[in-house]
Amino acid sequence: MRIGVVCPYSWDVPGGVQFHVRDLAEHLIRLGHEVSVLAPSDDETPLPPYVVSAGRAVPVPYNGSVARLNFGFLSAARVRRWVHEGDFEVLHIHEPATPSLSLLACWAAQGPIVATFHTSNPRSRAMIAAYPILQPALEKISARIAVSEYARRTLVEHLGGDAVTIPNGVDVGFFADAEPQPEWQGRPEAPTIGFIGRIDEPRKGLPVLMKALPAIVREAPGTRLLVAGRGDEEEAVAALPDELRSHVEFLGMVSDEDKARLLRSVDLYVAPNTGGESFGIILVEAMSAGAPVLASDLDAFEQVLDGGEAGELFANESAEALAAGALRLLHDPERRAGLRARGTRHVRRFDWSTVGADVLAVYETVADGAASVAPDERIGLRARLGLARD
Amino acid sequence: MPTVTTLIWIALALLLIGVYLSWTAGRLDRLHARIDAARAALDATLLRRASIAQELATAGVLDPAASIVLYQAAHDARQAEEDQREVAESELTQALRAVFADSAQIEAVRAAPGGEDTAQELTAAVRRVPMARRFHNDAVRAARALRRHRKVRWFRLAGHAPFPLAFEMDDEPPPALADRSQ
Repeated sequence: MRIGVVCPYSWDVPGGVQFHVRDLAEHLIRLGHEVSVLAPSDDETPLPPYVVSAGRAVPVPYNGSVARLNFGFLSAARVRRWVHEGDFEVLHIHEPATPSLSLLACWAAQGPIVATFHTSNPRSRAMIAAYPILQPALEKISARIAVSEYARRTLVEHLGGDAVTIPNGVDVGFFADAEPQPEWQGRPEAPTIGFIGRIDEPRKGLPVLMKALPAIVREAPGTRLLVAGRGDEEEAVAALPDELRSHVEFLGMVSDEDKARLLRSVDLYVAPNTGGESFGIILVEAMSAGAPVLASDLDAFEQVLDGGEAGELFANESAEALAAGALRLLHDPERRAGLRARGTRHVRRFDWSTVGADVLAVYETVADGAASVAPDERIGLRARLGLARD
Repeated sequence: MPTVTTLIWIALALLLIGVYLSWTAGRLDRLHARIDAARAALDATLLRRASIAQELATAGVLDPAASIVLYQAAHDARQAEEDQREVAESELTQALRAVFADSAQIEAVRAAPGGEDTAQELTAAVRRVPMARRFHNDAVRAARALRRHRKVRWFRLAGHAPFPLAFEMDDEPPPALADRSQ
């Protein structure tokens, strides 16, 4: 199958959508499909052979933060050319409601179009205002995919219609086969707790974990907290009493390999995120690596953890609940072993072999018998009135 | 002179309205095409499911009672008239759920020679029906929303195209086939 994938966010900036697009493209290529990814990127960034650059993204304030987006005539023309030259059997657009490449692609193409909705933003005023503009473009999408039941609900409420739920994929084997790192492994009297995420992004929840740490160390004195992610380390521990700072180790940005090894090594993985998550891929990665998971009870997390069956949940933003949950798990090796076993079984549905098959099923459903994707030639008024000469 | 200017403005306004209506008609036309494609895809998945069910029923792998139930339901689904289709397909879904309520049945199918392929095909078929149906009904919803709009009703932009109807049926797959952690 010839598949065109559109990624709206810069290829050179790490992010959930970009990783998802990369893994999906590589999985499909391994299965023997022809895949071309259109993504914004700086000209200097080396790109994998299947990625086509749509030019540099421009930083624009959008939706409360600075987003790097692509728009304008030049980008639109590039999208059109890519669609024309690719002659794809199916076009897969990610985040079609973002005012960037995805929306342009939606606008410029016709034929079998599949779209994946990643976010579950609460309804924004801009979205309501933009609705009449978006609607004609979104109408062209033949099949919508939401990454979680939660994302699907948001989509149904905001845009109407329906979507099938296909979770984000994870290479389970990569995490399951990682070699544990001895210095990150805990001992019964000195267990380790892992955290991965931006340090300076409060939504990732490190402040909640820092607030819970004194209570955890009081009951389990040898506990070490391993923090991987970029951000200001001094600021992160500023609220901690001096004697507790030695319990926190910062690993900085880690490679994918080290991330897998970290998750393989720790006795407990804590995800204290306070909001803004539509899926929770890190939980799946932790479970794949066999780490028992303790997460805040966000809708998305609850769903990934099978309603609390595959990992434990605590009341969101409550440091006391986090500390209580962590201590209960740290003092109960049997429960942790149970969670490991349950998690290992549970993650199979998120493995690329399962997820990829579902995505392909969607492609086949919309592409069967349909003409391939082509640039959308708008029919002029003359043609509609029968005045155009061929 | 003012009358000429007024006339020009009126002509310009009419032209703009014309372009807008023409564009809306194009949008509607594309939505109808999308419904047709989605309907064809839905038909194909339903037929695929009925065929594989019938194949299983006549293969002699299942016990005679289950075979007859499945055969009857699959046969009815394939033969159903258009207005009976939703009921017949729902009954096939229920028959499949009843026959494969016990995961031992699907194990029996897998154990038969060539059964692994058949089981996989059946799993794919029961999973694709809800997918195709959702895509179809999504297209129907979008078209209906546009057709209910004043501009479309007053100017009869939809022409003679019939008002699109959603396809409603029970498409819950048997739990033994829907388990994704296998």
